[in-house]
Amino acid sequence: MVTFWVALLAISILIYLLLDGFDLGVGILFLLPNSEARRQAMLGAIAPFWDGNETWLVVTGVVLWGAFPVVYATVLSAFYIPVIFMLLGLILRGVAFEFRAKSQRSRWIWDLGFGGGSLVATFMQGVMVGALVQGLPIIDGQYAGGVFGWLSGFSVLCGIGLCLGYALLGACWLVRKRDGAVRDLARSQIPVLATGVLLFLILVFAHALLQHLPILHRWIERPYLFVFPAIGAGAACMLASSILRHDDYWPFHMVSLIFLSAFGTLALSFWPYMVPFAITVDEAAAPHASLAFMFWGAGLVVFPLMLIYVAIGFRVFKGKFDSESVRY
Amino acid sequence: MDPTALLLSRLQFAFTISFHIIFPAFTIGLAAWLTVLEAMHLHSGKPVYRTLFEFWLKIFGVAFGMGVVSGVVMGFQFGTNWSVLSKMSGPIQGPLLAYETFTAFMLEASFFGILIFGRTRVPPWFYLFSTAMVALGTTLSAFWIMVNNSWMQVPTGYVMQNGQFVPDDWMQIIFNRVVWVRFPHMLLASYLTGAFCVAATGAWYLLRRTYRAEAHVMLRMGLALAAVLLPVQLFIGHLVGDYVHDYQPAKFAAIEARWHDEQPASEVLIAIPDSSTESNKYAISIPVLGSIIGSMSLSSKEVGLTSFPPQDRPPVAIPFFAFRIMVGCGLLMLGVAWLGTWLSFKHRLERNRLLLWGIFLSFPLPWIAILTGWYTAEVGRQPWTVYGVLRTADAVTPFLTAAAATTSLIMFVAVYAFIFSFGTYYIYRLLRAGPAGLDDKVVHAPAMPNRPMSLADRPLLPGGNCAQAGE
Repeated sequence: MVTFWVALLAISILIYLLLDGFDLGVGILFLLPNSEARRQAMLGAIAPFWDGNETWLVVTGVVLWGAFPVVYATVLSAFYIPVIFMLLGLILRGVAFEFRAKSQRSRWIWDLGFGGGSLVATFMQGVMVGALVQGLPIIDGQYAGGVFGWLSGFSVLCGIGLCLGYALLGACWLVRKRDGAVRDLARSQIPVLATGVLLFLILVFAHALLQHLPILHRWIERPYLFVFPAIGAGAACMLASSILRHDDYWPFHMVSLIFLSAFGTLALSFWPYMVPFAITVDEAAAPHASLAFMFWGAGLVVFPLMLIYVAIGFRVFKGKFDSESVRY
Repeated sequence: MDPTALLLSRLQFAFTISFHIIFPAFTIGLAAWLTVLEAMHLHSGKPVYRTLFEFWLKIFGVAFGMGVVSGVVMGFQFGTNWSVLSKMSGPIQGPLLAYETFTAFMLEASFFGILIFGRTRVPPWFYLFSTAMVALGTTLSAFWIMVNNSWMQVPTGYVMQNGQFVPDDWMQIIFNRVVWVRFPHMLLASYLTGAFCVAATGAWYLLRRTYRAEAHVMLRMGLALAAVLLPVQLFIGHLVGDYVHDYQPAKFAAIEARWHDEQPASEVLIAIPDSSTESNKYAISIPVLGSIIGSMSLSSKEVGLTSFPPQDRPPVAIPFFAFRIMVGCGLLMLGVAWLGTWLSFKHRLERNRLLLWGIFLSFPLPWIAILTGWYTAEVGRQPWTVYGVLRTADAVTPFLTAAAATTSLIMFVAVYAFIFSFGTYYIYRLLRAGPAGLDDKVVHAPAMPNRPMSLADRPLLPGGNCAQAGE
């Protein structure tokens, strides 16, 4: 039961990363100088999806609360400032979709809110992951790090890294969903962003190995763990070749694969810890009665249904949006 | 724990939830109304229903967006500000809210995209289905939220283990006796909000002498729905009062501003409760009525606040006044809805400009009633977060500093005020422009009375409300 919910939590986080990743990424790219037509086209490429994508964040939150209440309570309260800023960023970008279309003179406010909100929310998510990897100061199961316990050079680096990563996903999504000038611009951004992301991943990997010797041992003991970085490297090569071939479909999937391998590497490095080296999965798990109740209804029945709705949504809006475009 | 951090966290929660509830209250009713409109259009083929659908969908879109983003905040605030509560009650509240997200949130979010952008991409029956799914999603969401809140009001079906609420009987938790009066109470309140907004918009157009056809449909449907639902709502409200009387006697005494045990009890209609002297100033009360309302008896003994130790008493003034404002709004709405329905039935409503003004100005009443109803329920529950078990003061994040809580509160107030002003302004502008103010490029379906399910009208709708490519 615990394993099921860990797996489901991991899947939800991964789906969130990939889906909200691309629309937050488009939001970050929105900050670069753009014409109004290009902005319309960028928004149109994500408008039917963003709401559903963001819901995966809430899915992650409630699965965490229901299945691992100790982690939910500890992590969210420790990340007070980053969580609040992430939420405010998500609010600003979320309303911008609707407000921008209804505004006239104040459109620039919502452009800024959309881009800035996306950037802040992404940065804060990266910071939180970085702080978790580095290890939160937890004494006797209680967070003891103060209001800024999450802030460090490494966590800021992870914040920047995630901004690059989401922007890369966003650029690949635009290439996949659009044509013309928007696609060409996004395609030219991909090599720069991809190089940045790969450099960042190598840095983080090296840092994690240097900081936490237990992980180094684990990697040496279980060399099959290297399969994830290997997949990532393969995907990076495929990404480069698909860009060179001017292929519009594959870059997004290859970047998704890079995200998957980075996520897998991270998760396996710290297993069985949920909050690294402080709280294990078993310590954090809710009582059996809670896990079972969620398992039989939400997990077994509704979760597959949810995947079906998402699939329907993406199917209805499949292909490139060009001639009869979606526009806000 | 810093006492000011507690106060600031309570303020922040009250503020964010008050802001949030405005939107679901509106969108639950509106989603149902959109489903009815879409079904009526498919059934009758009358263009007025399509016009109204496209028009209200735009307003729905703005309100829904604000509801979603403010709802995401609610889900995370339990963890940031109320970590002790979330750790202790996570095994119960977490699964309940997980069911909400899984069954409701995802349903709404997935089909909302189709509603806004998918008119030309899916067949008409699937579009109607999507509308119904959004409506179902909003309703399910309200259900789980009420289950969760009702458990905090009347905790049941659990045992305490290692300082956590461990679920013992999920049937008791979900089918908590009080859910079955509190959920309909909230749902009816939402439908009434939708009904009054629609009717008020119709009245506004008639006052301005525009969009007569649409205005008549809005007035007739809105008022008739309200006229039917309001008596039901008053009855359900009475049942909610019964559960408070039975399960939360301190809250009941606060609502009644009853300081001392009375037999038979009188009913305080209006007064200024004064907790320093434990008495009411300027009270107007009716003898025996308190016993009748409390226990349906002429001689029952009703409990007063002084029967509870001071640290277990809720504040009195807020529940007392909020409850009276809620009931007052309900009665006003009943009068407006019945009078309006009667006159519209007699075809005399359009000439009665005074009543049209009354209907127009009554649009905020359902919201005031919902907010004051929640204040009655939530402030009356104090000093408990989980009634009778966990105090609010013990539920807050222990290491939260006043500085952090102040920062977040200020930021929430600033951002919410900012987006609320703009959101209200944009909704106002959509309403003022009216159904014809929709995107010029939208071509409405022509009347095809004999071919309701016809696909032939689809090519005439280039993109529904989505215009041609913007590149």
